[in-house]
Amino acid sequence: MSEQITLAKGLNAGLRKAMEGDPKVLVMGEDVGKLGGVFRITDGLQKDFGEDRVIDSPLAESGIVGTAVGLALRGYRPVVEIQFDGFVYPAYDQIVCQVAKMHYRSKGRSPMPMVIRIPFGGGIGAVEHHSESPEAQFAHTPGLKVVACSNPVDGYWMIQQAIACDDPVIFLEPKRQYHADKVLLDESISPDPLFSSRVVRRGEHATLLAYGPTVKTALAAADAAAVEGKSLEVIDLRTLSPLDMGPVLDSVRRTGRAVVAHEAHVNLGLGAELAARITEECFYSLEAPVLRVGGFDTPYPASRIEEEFLPDLDRVLDAVDRSLDY
Amino acid sequence: MHVSHHGFGPDLVEVFGPSQTDGGPELVQLLTPEGERTHHPEFDRDFSAEELRGFYRDMVLTRRIDTEATALQRHGELGIWAQLLGQEAAQIGAGRALRPQDHVFPTYREHGVAWCRGVDPLALLGLFRGVDHGSWDPAEFGFGLYTIVIGAQALHATGYAMGMQRDGVVGTGDPERDAAVVAHFGDGASSQGDVNEAFIFAASYQAPVVFFCQNNQWAISEPIERQSRIPLYQRALGFGFPGVRVDGNDVLATYAVTQAALQRARDGQGPTLVEAYTYRMGAHTTTDDPTRYRLSDDVERWKLKDPISRLEVYMRRNGLADAELVDAVKEEADELGHRLREGCKAMPDPRALDMFDHVYAEETEELRVQREGYAAYLATFEEAGR
Ligand SMILES: Cc1ncc(C[n+]2csc(CCOP(=O)(O)OP(=O)(O)O)c2C)c(N)n1
Repeated sequence: MSEQITLAKGLNAGLRKAMEGDPKVLVMGEDVGKLGGVFRITDGLQKDFGEDRVIDSPLAESGIVGTAVGLALRGYRPVVEIQFDGFVYPAYDQIVCQVAKMHYRSKGRSPMPMVIRIPFGGGIGAVEHHSESPEAQFAHTPGLKVVACSNPVDGYWMIQQAIACDDPVIFLEPKRQYHADKVLLDESISPDPLFSSRVVRRGEHATLLAYGPTVKTALAAADAAAVEGKSLEVIDLRTLSPLDMGPVLDSVRRTGRAVVAHEAHVNLGLGAELAARITEECFYSLEAPVLRVGGFDTPYPASRIEEEFLPDLDRVLDAVDRSLDY
Repeated sequence: MHVSHHGFGPDLVEVFGPSQTDGGPELVQLLTPEGERTHHPEFDRDFSAEELRGFYRDMVLTRRIDTEATALQRHGELGIWAQLLGQEAAQIGAGRALRPQDHVFPTYREHGVAWCRGVDPLALLGLFRGVDHGSWDPAEFGFGLYTIVIGAQALHATGYAMGMQRDGVVGTGDPERDAAVVAHFGDGASSQGDVNEAFIFAASYQAPVVFFCQNNQWAISEPIERQSRIPLYQRALGFGFPGVRVDGNDVLATYAVTQAALQRARDGQGPTLVEAYTYRMGAHTTTDDPTRYRLSDDVERWKLKDPISRLEVYMRRNGLADAELVDAVKEEADELGHRLREGCKAMPDPRALDMFDHVYAEETEELRVQREGYAAYLATFEEAGR
């Protein structure tokens, strides 16, 4: 395949590929069948794979994840869709107490090859509970792996890799980018490993760390900074647990400065972990403290002011300036 | 019948009466507390002498596992133990109704069912001693790991049953092949969302799962009245599948009802809720003090319904058991008790570095580094001690 695709299309094609390749792969969730999901990510899958493999579930998140646990114990590889980030909490117990621990409790006898897809993040003007960034809550849970895709090509490959992974993967999809940009998918170019971060723009003066929806913001910030003669390196983390620190540390050792941008609340978020690890590993290379730009420590606000809450180009650039001023 | 003045229909307490200590007229029973064989139009069946002796042996040995573990806890060998005293018939009846290809999702109290599945009782102690989280292979025994979070396993059971449907092992008519799942839980668990969601999923997909609720009247100190205003088995109807209340102290009835429910499931006719009406003779766990909330009168009344003595009376009266059998089983129980005592004390503690094992199927670099760091740290003590 070599064509221009959106993130939605990439994910859909990736799911389809995985289902074709392994009859044990099941898709389940609310509205994933006939409707193709509220974001149409599972569009057409039920028509092609049938109701036994693309399962429209009752409206019960704990039920969806809990039955997926049973299906995984029976040898299936369920791919579960949580309709929106803010609705994952009814399933939180099943995810952190059961999904995350089953392999450990059973001494490796009961693996949980499950993918929990969560459209996450804001910027779509939604009512409350439709714009959350719950990644730190899952990244803080041993036994889970957490990844976030940021573009159509990664969406295509990462979903397949997550499904092939024998560990449970929380798969975060930046919902505001589902239908935003088209990118060329050239299948002859082989993908990066799932649990790896990637330098998406080279630069010298500071390192921007981002994932999911903020990668686009970070790249825009780097463009804007370049106009002023500041050269920023941008890293798409892609994997949040485990973190792939190699490229991050290499970069910060060169630039001496790091700014983390995420939509989640700053307090105790991924940025805090990154700041701690960077400080531990490259203290003597640092010219400035690691700075964080993110959602404020408020509940996600009403959508008319969400642009104020979300880390935008200006706030990222402001943090870069503060870092450069040290 | 009193009709509520709100016009919403009958008052439930009027309809069902207050808590029924005898289980009410719906109770399926094949053996009275006095050891009389009774008959039931729907669930009756014949039992061979061999089956009856098997039930007796299973119940006596299960009780011994329980009393032995309780004693081990008192001696500080176990951190805690969830006792099943009085629930032997409910568990053996349900456990013996299973076929090898069936699969069980237990709570933390299904020691008798574990026994029926062939899990070494010593393995059950590991969790309570704190050496592991369960060391048996669920796939090998068709018996899942104990689940501490109340009700979570009801969903796992339902999902597993959905997997059986997809594997084509339901409703084929081949008794060697058709399979079903049992989800165990308590009366308190019936209030949990997960159990209710499991009912909905199972009904919606007609999954081959038997929901087996041991209504032992208490969820720690909370009485059944705090969980339900109607008899629990009647809830099933609201979810769209049958429910039945069986005398959980009657191993014959429990066996017959569970077997029928399992067969229904294996045949592809969907879920059933079995409410085994019983009583928790012991404390909730060894940390509990039931004298704070429970009436000793109730305990005395339920002692008269003891599941083991009622079967023994029936068997002795009908020449199916004699002193020889009783002695032989007792001897076996003593041997088991001895093995559990010695085996429990001999269980090695896990090594500190074991905690890093099996967090992931594909281990992460982060965790590997943490393990190595801790190993190096531990090694400094060994060096210092030299
Ligand atoms: C979700 C959850 N809440 C609370 C507890 C603590 N707890 C352990 S057992 C128990 C009572 C359970 O009662 P029931 O379901 O009737 O089962 P029983 O122990 O009586 O067999 C409670 C509250 C728990 N383990 N899980």
